[in-house]
Amino acid sequence: MSRIGVFVCWCGSNIAGTVDVEKVREEAAKIPGVVSALDYKYMCSDPGQNSLRNIIKEKNLTGVVLAACSPHMHENTFRKAAAKEGLNPYFVEIANIREQVSWVHEDKERATAKAVDLMKMMVEKVKRDKPIEDVRVPLNKKALVIGGGIAGIQAALDIANGGVEVILVEKEPSIGGRMIQLDETFPTLDCSSCIMTPKMVEANQHPNIKLYTYSEVEDISGYIGNFKVKIKKKARSVVEKDCTGCGECWNACPMHKNVKSEFNVQLSERTAIYVPFPQAVPLVPVLDRSVCLHFKKGGKCQKCYDACGPKCINFDLQDEIIEETVGAIVASTGYDLMDTSMYGEYGYGKYKDVISGLQFERLLSASGPTEGVIKRPSDGKTPQTIVFVQCVGSRDPEKGVPYCSKVCCMYTAKHAKLFAHKVHGSQSYVFYIDIRSTSKGYEEFVRGTMEQDGAIYLRGRVSKIYEDQGKLIVKGADTLSGNQVEIAADMVVLATGVIPKKGSDKLAQMLGISYDKYGFFTESHPKLRPAESSTAGIFLAGMAQGPRDIPESVVSGSAAASKILGLFSKNEYEVEGTIANVNEATCVACFYCQRVCAYNAISKKEIKDRSGKLIKVVANVNPGLCTGCGACVNACFSKSIDVKGFMDDQIYAEIKALAI
Amino acid sequence: MKLAYYPGCSLKGTSFEYEVSLLKILEAMNIEIKEIPDWNCCGASAAHSINHNLAIALPARNLAIAEKDGCESVLAPCAACSNRLKNADYELKNDDILKKKITDSLEMPYDSKMSINNMLEFLIGTVGKDKIKSMVKKPLSGLKVASYYGCLLVRPPKVMQFDDPENPVTMDELVALTGAEPVDYSFKTECCGAINSLSKPDVVMALTGNVLYDIKKHGADLVVVACPLCHSNLDVRQREIERKYDEKLGLPVLFITELLGLSFGIDPKDLAIDGHMVAADKVLKKIDQNI
Repeated sequence: MSRIGVFVCWCGSNIAGTVDVEKVREEAAKIPGVVSALDYKYMCSDPGQNSLRNIIKEKNLTGVVLAACSPHMHENTFRKAAAKEGLNPYFVEIANIREQVSWVHEDKERATAKAVDLMKMMVEKVKRDKPIEDVRVPLNKKALVIGGGIAGIQAALDIANGGVEVILVEKEPSIGGRMIQLDETFPTLDCSSCIMTPKMVEANQHPNIKLYTYSEVEDISGYIGNFKVKIKKKARSVVEKDCTGCGECWNACPMHKNVKSEFNVQLSERTAIYVPFPQAVPLVPVLDRSVCLHFKKGGKCQKCYDACGPKCINFDLQDEIIEETVGAIVASTGYDLMDTSMYGEYGYGKYKDVISGLQFERLLSASGPTEGVIKRPSDGKTPQTIVFVQCVGSRDPEKGVPYCSKVCCMYTAKHAKLFAHKVHGSQSYVFYIDIRSTSKGYEEFVRGTMEQDGAIYLRGRVSKIYEDQGKLIVKGADTLSGNQVEIAADMVVLATGVIPKKGSDKLAQMLGISYDKYGFFTESHPKLRPAESSTAGIFLAGMAQGPRDIPESVVSGSAAASKILGLFSKNEYEVEGTIANVNEATCVACFYCQRVCAYNAISKKEIKDRSGKLIKVVANVNPGLCTGCGACVNACFSKSIDVKGFMDDQIYAEIKALAI
Repeated sequence: MKLAYYPGCSLKGTSFEYEVSLLKILEAMNIEIKEIPDWNCCGASAAHSINHNLAIALPARNLAIAEKDGCESVLAPCAACSNRLKNADYELKNDDILKKKITDSLEMPYDSKMSINNMLEFLIGTVGKDKIKSMVKKPLSGLKVASYYGCLLVRPPKVMQFDDPENPVTMDELVALTGAEPVDYSFKTECCGAINSLSKPDVVMALTGNVLYDIKKHGADLVVVACPLCHSNLDVRQREIERKYDEKLGLPVLFITELLGLSFGIDPKDLAIDGHMVAADKVLKKIDQNI
C-alpha cells in the first residue's frame, strides 16, 4: 500500500498569490494513499527540506510529491533530501505549479483547479514509481582537442598540465590559428606572435600532448568516457622526425610566385613546398600536391628533394589514419571571415586597395608581405588616408548576419592607432554604427585612438566606394551631423564579419552536438553551462561558439579544460537512470527506434545461446548516450521500449487522474 | 508557353520608342507575345505611398488576367511596372490573409505561379544569349556602351531576385553580345532622381548629372537603359544639365531594345531612334562606318 506525502510550496507569493495552496493541500489529503499533506512558504529552504525529511521518516513514506516550481529548479534538491532518509531519489515527483500555473494564469479559481489536477497526476505517477539506479560509465582519461588556435592550445595545455594526456588535432600545417596571423593585440598592443609562440612551442614540447598538424578528424563514434576517434593525417610528403626546418627545400622550389599565401590572406605568394610562416610549429614544411610540379607533371621535378640535406622528402607518403580512444573532447574550430561579395558597392575584389581587416593585420605584421611597412597592394605606395568601415556583414540582416562580430570595433581602433603610429601625418576615418568596447581597458583604448591618434569617427554607414583618379572615393552618411560625406582615400579597410569555420557544421554533425542557424556550436545552457555542448563529454571553446576576443577565447579554453579535469577526477561518470530500456523478449528488431534516435544511442545486439548460435537480434540502448528523450518509445511498434520513470502505466494513470 | 506582355503607360506614351523597338526585335526573332487584355495601371510610384492594398490590387489584377488567359510568364519592359508586379506577387505569395482580401476584391483568383520578367531577364533568360547572338548581323564593334540600371530593376533585392543589386552585369552582357564594348563605371545603380523630375528638377539634375558625367569620364559613346523613367531623366534633362554645369555631354541614351535592333541590322527609323532628345546621329554614323 502506498504511503504518499504531498508538499505544497507557496514560493512566497510566487505561487500562493495565484493558487489557493491550502485548497491544493486539502484536495491532496483526500486522495487514497496520501498519508500526509502539508503546505509551506518555502519548501526549498532548510526548514522546508527538514520537514520533508521528518515526515518521510515519521510516516514511513513510500513516495513524495512536491507541488512547487519546475523540476529544472529543485528536483535535485528534493531528491537528495529524500535519499538522505533512505528513499530512492526517483520516488520524488514534482508537480510544476509555478511555471505552468501561477506564472501563466491570472484567475485564481481556475489556476487552483489546474494546480490540483497536476498534483493529482503526480500522486498517481509516484504510486507506480519503481526504484531506479543511476548508471555508471567508465572513463578513458585522455582528451581530444580539435583545433589548434589560441582556445584549443589553452585547453590542451591546461589539461596536459593537469596530468592528463591530450591529442591536439590541427587542420593547417601549423598550430597558432587566427591569433598568430594578427600583428599587435588590443588593448595592450603586445605583439601577438610574441605572446602566442611560447604557447605554441609549449604545446609542441609538452610530454602529455600529442600533436597532429595537417590532420583532420575523420570520424567519431561512442560516448562520454569512450569516444573512438579516427584522425586523418594528410600526406605531408616530408618525414617529420628527420626534417630540420632548414628551408633548403622551399628555397629550391620553382613554384615561387604561383600560389597565393593563405597565411598572408592572398597578399603574397608561397611555394609548393612551404611553411606558412617562419615561426610555424612544427617547423616542418608541407608539400601542397595540388600545385607541385612533381605531382602535376609526372614526377619530373624533384628540386626540393635534391636540395634537402637529410633527404627527408618522400613523394610516396600517403594519408594515414590514426585511431584513438578518448574520454572527452574539446571542439575549438575557430572562425572564418565572411565573404563580402554581396557588398558589390564596396568593390572588394574589384579595387585592389579595398582590403579586409585580416589583410591589414598582415600588412602591419613584421612577418607579413611588406615586413610591417604599410603599403597599398595596388602600387606599393604608403597610404596617407585610410577609411575603415565597420560592420561589413555584421549587424546587417538584409545582406549579412544580424549578430555583432564583437571584435571589429576594437581591432579597427587598433588599426587606426597603429596606422597613426607607423605613418606620421596620416589621417584615418572610421565609419561605425555603435562602438562596443566593454571589456577592461577597451573604452580607454578607443578614446585614445580618437583623441591622441586623431582618428575621425563618423557614425553612419558607407553607401558606396568607387575609384576616381587613383583615389578611392568613399561615400557615406554622418548621421550625427546629418550630412552626406565623401572621403578621398588611398586605402579602405573593411571590418568583415566573422562566421564559423568552414566545415564546422559537418564536424558538429559528426560529434552529435547542436549548432545554431549560423553554424556556431550551441552551449548546453547559454549562461550556466557555457563550456558544455549539448552532448555529454564534448566541450566547446573559442570562436567556434560565437564571436569573442582573445581573452575570452583563453578563458573558454581553460573552462573546457577544467570541466574535463573535473570529469576525469573520478573513475566513472554517473548518468541519470531515467533512460530508455528495451524489453528484449518482445523486441522484433525493426530498428525504427534507431532511426529516430538523435543521439545514436541505439545499436544492434545479438543474443546467442550457449553454443554461440544466434537466437535473435534486439535493440540495445547505450546508457552513455541515451538522454531519456523518449523518441524511441513513440517509434516502437511492438511497445518494447520504455523510459525508466516514465513507464506506460504511469502515464495512463496520470491521464486517468485528470479524467476523474 | 504563352507570353503575356504588360506594356504599362510609359510604353504607350512618353517612351513609345521602347515599345516600337521591342516589338520590332521580337518580330525579327519570331517571338510572339500577347498584350494583357484590358490591362490597367500598375500603381507605379503613386499608389504604394497612398494605399497599400490598392498598390497590391492594381498589379494583381493584371497578373490575374494574364493567368486566366493561360499565360505562365509576363514581360513588363518598364522597370517600375516589373517592380510593382513583382512586389505584388511577392506579398501575395507570403501573406495568405492579404491574398484572400485582394482576390476577393478583384473577384478573380490568382495562383501566384506567374513568372514575372523585366526586360533584361526576358532577353537573357527567356530569349537566351545564343538566340540573340545569332541575330546580330551588324556587330557594333568599336562602340563603347555604358549600361545604366537605376534602382528599380534590382531593388529591393529580396523581392526582385535579379542580378547583383550593387553591381549588376546583365545589361553589360547583352551589350557585349552586340559586339559593342561594355564600359565599366561607378554609378550603375545610383539614383537618377526618378519622379522628382517634376517636383524637384534641381535634385534630379544633380543626381542625373553625377551619373552622366561619370559615364562620360569613362569614355562611353552612348548609354543604354531598360527603364522609361531613367531614360527620360538621362535624355530629356541632358541639355539642361550641360547648361547648368557648363560642360558638354552629348551622350545619346538608347533603350537596350534599340541597341539590339541596331545590331540586328534593323533600320534606325523603324526603331524610333529619332524619337529621342539627344540625337544619336554620331553614333549611327560610327556604326555605319564599321560595315
